[in-house]
Amino acid sequence: MKPKRRRLYLLLAGLGGLGVATALVLKAFNDNLVFFYSPTDLKTKTIPPERRMRLGGLVETGSVTREGATIRFRITDGANAVPVVYTGILPDLFREGQGVVTEGALATDGAFRAASVLAKHDENYMPREVADALKAAGQWKGASAKP
Amino acid sequence: MERGVGQAMIVELGHFALVLGLMVALVQAWLPLLGAARGDRALMAVAVPAAQTQALLLLIAFFALMHAFVVSDFSVANVFNNSHTAKPLLYKVAGTWASHEGSMLLWVLILALFGAAVASFGRNLPPELKARALAVQGMIALAFLAFIVFTSNPFARIDPAPLEGRDLNPLLQDPGLAFHPPLLYLGYVGFSMAFSFAAAALIEGRIDAAWARWVRPWTLAAWACLTGGIALGSWWAYYELGWGGWWFWDPVENASFMPWLLGTALLHSAIVVEKRDTLRAWTILLAILTFSLSLMGTFLVRSGVLTSVHTFAADPARGLFILGILVIAIGGSLTLFAIRAPTLKSGGLFAPISREGGLLLNNLLLAAAAATVFIGTLYPLLIDALSQGGDKVSVGPPFFNATFVPIMIPLLLALAVGPMLAWKRGNLSAAFRRLAPAAAAAMAVTLLAFLLAPRGPVLAPFGLGLAAWLVVGGLMTLVERTGLFAVTVSQSWARLIGLPRGAFGLALAHAGIGIVVAGISGSAWQEEHIVSLKTGERLTIAGTVLSFVAVTEGDGQNYQYLRGEFVQLRGERILGQMWPERRSYPVTRTGTTEAAIDTSVLGDLYLVLGEGDESGAYTVRAYFNPLAPWMWIGALIMMFGGFVSLTDTRYRVGAPARAPSRAAVAAAAAAE
Repeated sequence: MKPKRRRLYLLLAGLGGLGVATALVLKAFNDNLVFFYSPTDLKTKTIPPERRMRLGGLVETGSVTREGATIRFRITDGANAVPVVYTGILPDLFREGQGVVTEGALATDGAFRAASVLAKHDENYMPREVADALKAAGQWKGASAKP
Repeated sequence: MERGVGQAMIVELGHFALVLGLMVALVQAWLPLLGAARGDRALMAVAVPAAQTQALLLLIAFFALMHAFVVSDFSVANVFNNSHTAKPLLYKVAGTWASHEGSMLLWVLILALFGAAVASFGRNLPPELKARALAVQGMIALAFLAFIVFTSNPFARIDPAPLEGRDLNPLLQDPGLAFHPPLLYLGYVGFSMAFSFAAAALIEGRIDAAWARWVRPWTLAAWACLTGGIALGSWWAYYELGWGGWWFWDPVENASFMPWLLGTALLHSAIVVEKRDTLRAWTILLAILTFSLSLMGTFLVRSGVLTSVHTFAADPARGLFILGILVIAIGGSLTLFAIRAPTLKSGGLFAPISREGGLLLNNLLLAAAAATVFIGTLYPLLIDALSQGGDKVSVGPPFFNATFVPIMIPLLLALAVGPMLAWKRGNLSAAFRRLAPAAAAAMAVTLLAFLLAPRGPVLAPFGLGLAAWLVVGGLMTLVERTGLFAVTVSQSWARLIGLPRGAFGLALAHAGIGIVVAGISGSAWQEEHIVSLKTGERLTIAGTVLSFVAVTEGDGQNYQYLRGEFVQLRGERILGQMWPERRSYPVTRTGTTEAAIDTSVLGDLYLVLGEGDESGAYTVRAYFNPLAPWMWIGALIMMFGGFVSLTDTRYRVGAPARAPSRAAVAAAAAAE
């Protein structure tokens, strides 16, 4: 094989690899991008049921009920609230009045079925999306001070 | 009172040493560079004592901070925010690097220790290269020391001193804290050596086989530490509930994984530079990019721009500062690369079917894999910025499973073949003949897995087959080199003893990946039960009956616990007991959930006690995670393989002088 031709093959192989990687990434983005919504977004935007997404806000005070291993609570951004159903053990930092981010999908009955409830590193730390959602709903009371 | 004054002195001494370290870095960053440009030996020689002094000063600062933690000196803000007198001693010591400020101090300390190691052991390095590499190290140290002193001072005081501290986040009060961050940083920061050598070589305009030989041990050490650090982090995230499981594709996990992927590529491309004197520009670029990704990881973790389980304080000033460092370091080094790369003449092309061809494929696939992880990690940031905060997206495990995994599969398939190919011109069919035992093992394991679990997930048996291919393929490299089965056993034994350590390192690291793959594949068969259970009731998982005996309460050193007692039964035979716990820490008013894990070769029985209700029933979550421990054992074997290679006499840190080393390269190439 002549060096020139060899170089061409090498280049083609490289480009082919790049093309496959790009195609994989684009396809994966199309299928798997998870959008973040606040309870107000769920009211105002039409979102198909079963579409995977994240829902965040504050755990409404007094809304947590348990039934065996199934937990129901409401996530609020002050303006609107959405009922959430979750089966499993909640993260240690989950409590009423605290910020929370859940991942799951809307069921046809309008409740949000959470597949996971994300734990945060620090009880004072507000997930940035939640802080922004609260600001958008006009419910932001300033960061709970943590230097 | 006497003691109080002494303590205050130690903190001030540490603070002073830190600022002095900054001054030394200022000198180290440009004097040796100037010396190298002018050919002034005396100026170049400044680099050695400067690097050593800097390491000494930062050691003093680090231990001063550690002392403040151990004696609970709450006049130091950092100690007040992250410690408590009742905290166990281990976490007082490890607490030194649990906070943002302390972890940055650990970061520069490790950087300085690497610099001092080059200064002390690299006696045979050409003085210009050594001076320039240490100057680049000095620049990195300067940037990060300025960051610490101006935005994140670990020695900042509070007046009057509070009587009691706020305690460390209970999630961090775990033995993992003692080992995971230091090991991870040894890896992250260790790649700075490859970066500094690359920048020095670019300034010098000279890269050859000897250069690759000098860079390899540092890259190898960094890679081995990073492998261990990531594995420990993954294990910690697995047993500590609340971190998201063994691998969650969390941005911060990705931040450590991207340098690992490119570092692995660098490790392999440096071999090509050393043996065949080609792929030079690419290797330099990899060295720059690997450390750039380490810097980016630091930025992602420290700035809080991404929502992650690891991001703690989100302080815009700190974020901007690190972003500035990032832009200057990456922009500067890439500009230097763009100017000098055309002068690095390529050492000619080579046949695709050859050892170097295999290593090139390894590099292409690893770089592509790193690119997909990079895109997935940064895309949410990009969307957020473009829509000015209107759209928030997250990219989770499904994305990475759909992109990363398809790229890794050809890499893993080719991984066993590459070492079987000869340099310059390999013979693919001969390589496959030698790998026949590996192929047979792979098929046997796949079939066996299908027979044992006929209704399980379809891909997992193939994963196990791939694992067998890798493990047997890795071991076959040793069989091949010792001529086992071809010559007599005693001859093979003699050859085995005569093999360079690097050959064992290769076999171990490659087999280790196979074991990791087996562990990951096993997770597809995970069994999970979530039930509400009262004492006296039972649950069955993976053929084991767990009987919920009792719940007890008690006090730990700085927490209260609620402990469930479970007895494992098979039939009526008692196999063992398990004690999952819920802990609550009164100082921070937070709790942790400590899973009970029963590990065996086949897998982990993983038991979590949830909250109880009025009727006395507790939520209990039980998993059986098949082969889970294999993931960490495999990673440890990989790390061990790295260290075994490091003891290879050919990669002594006190590297050989340039000319004889070339002769040695030629000899080694001829021998193979």
